[in-house]
Amino acid sequence: MIRAFAIFLVCALVACGSPTQRTVDRPEVLLATTTSFQDSGLLDVVAADFQKHTPYRLRATAVGTGAALAIGARGDADVVFVHAAKEELAYMQQGNGDRRLLVMHNDFVLVGPPGDPAHVRGKNIFDAFRAIAASRATFISRGDKSGTDIFEKDLWKQTGIAPAGPWYVEAATGMGQTLTIASEKRAYTLSDRGTFLARRSQIEVDILVQRDPPLINVYHVITVNARKFPNVNAAGANAFADYLVSAETQRLIASFGVDKYGEPLFFPDAGKNDADVR
Amino acid sequence: MDLIFQGLGEAASRLVSLDPDVRDATSAALVVSGIATLLSVATGVPAGAWLGLSRFRGRKLLLSLVNTGMGLPPVVVGLFVAVLVWRSGPLGSLDWYCTRQAMVVAQYVLAAPTVVGLTAIAIQSVDPMLGLQLAGLGATRGQTLGILVREARLPILTAAMAGFGAVISEIGASLMVGCNIKGDTRILTTAIALDTSKGEFGSAFALAFILLLLVFAVNAVTTWAQQRRRPL
Repeated sequence: MIRAFAIFLVCALVACGSPTQRTVDRPEVLLATTTSFQDSGLLDVVAADFQKHTPYRLRATAVGTGAALAIGARGDADVVFVHAAKEELAYMQQGNGDRRLLVMHNDFVLVGPPGDPAHVRGKNIFDAFRAIAASRATFISRGDKSGTDIFEKDLWKQTGIAPAGPWYVEAATGMGQTLTIASEKRAYTLSDRGTFLARRSQIEVDILVQRDPPLINVYHVITVNARKFPNVNAAGANAFADYLVSAETQRLIASFGVDKYGEPLFFPDAGKNDADVR
Repeated sequence: MDLIFQGLGEAASRLVSLDPDVRDATSAALVVSGIATLLSVATGVPAGAWLGLSRFRGRKLLLSLVNTGMGLPPVVVGLFVAVLVWRSGPLGSLDWYCTRQAMVVAQYVLAAPTVVGLTAIAIQSVDPMLGLQLAGLGATRGQTLGILVREARLPILTAAMAGFGAVISEIGASLMVGCNIKGDTRILTTAIALDTSKGEFGSAFALAFILLLLVFAVNAVTTWAQQRRRPL
């Protein structure tokens, strides 16, 4: 009885009988990534597909771009998948990364109440931000140092406005939740298109500004520098990076979400230059 | 309001069809919280019994520390366990970040003080004359402890149930150290949070229903144990 229980205990913990095709020394690959990757549902699909096509298993933590890069900068992950170009370049300069590959992009949209009290509909994103600030219409910011948050703060900077005051609300929560808050408070917010499409039926906000070049959001995969952090599973990290940019995965990314939302959520970009995506 | 009915309808169909995601999250939650509770009982009952019977300097301080432990904020435990099991941390060589093992550790830390504290109270509330009588009959200290624990078994069961009830509905620590990986470390609470942020309320309601059912079962056992003891 006790032995049977002990076997059950060990099995339950190490997940006995999980299928592996070829064996590798370290099958577990630790990925630090962004919440939008998980909230869109693409992470679960990619993780299952990666496990099917390689001898590796993905262990992913979805924490936001800022935290993901911080985890990578301590060597606590093997590979990071993020979207904040400036922070990524700083990360590479500090010698924390090895390979950095362009994988895909999606785009941000400015959403707000259908009544559009600040009259931003159809404007470019900078004029729209100026109009929101000038009319002191409520704007919900993610406020959580996620890639979206960093992106939004950077747009304000380019606009030349330092948003502050009661109209600028920092929600410090995920994208889905932030959209709900914006809908409930009749406020504006910046969202990635994928999360907006996923939540569209439950919220009362419309897309007001979109398809503006500054709103393109680019995702890179970065393998953590194994020379700096010897504990890193470099083979597994490289396998995941190569998997993401492979033709098959790129097709998977392009088709993800089309059946559910009628349009793709992400656009594959492997092999392109950063400049070509903008 | 539509959303609630729609969610409840989808919840029912997912429960009836044994939806694999719902099944996985339920079994993961039961395995992780079950093992964490078993470990806290295995270590917490002897520790609590000892703490309930012994008299030594600093005992009250120790008891108040244990009682403080009953109210440990899960996110604080999650933070500490995460820092411990990150590769750069002292237990980094175990490579437990984003695994069930790390979740068991975190939930153990959350459940054990409850088991220790309630066991100590249970043992203390057994008639003190029994201990004297046993000593008079020549029982060893270990035998006395064993008999007292058996005497207090129902309150100790309540202690175990309280520990399980606390960790099965916990999210903060489990999310931080387990990472919410589908089919592995995704448990009821973390799945509910994720499904809600994805706007998949049907699935969230189905999971919430199962969680409520589990919490109800725990409380039913606890109530039974408490009521049964009353005639004494």
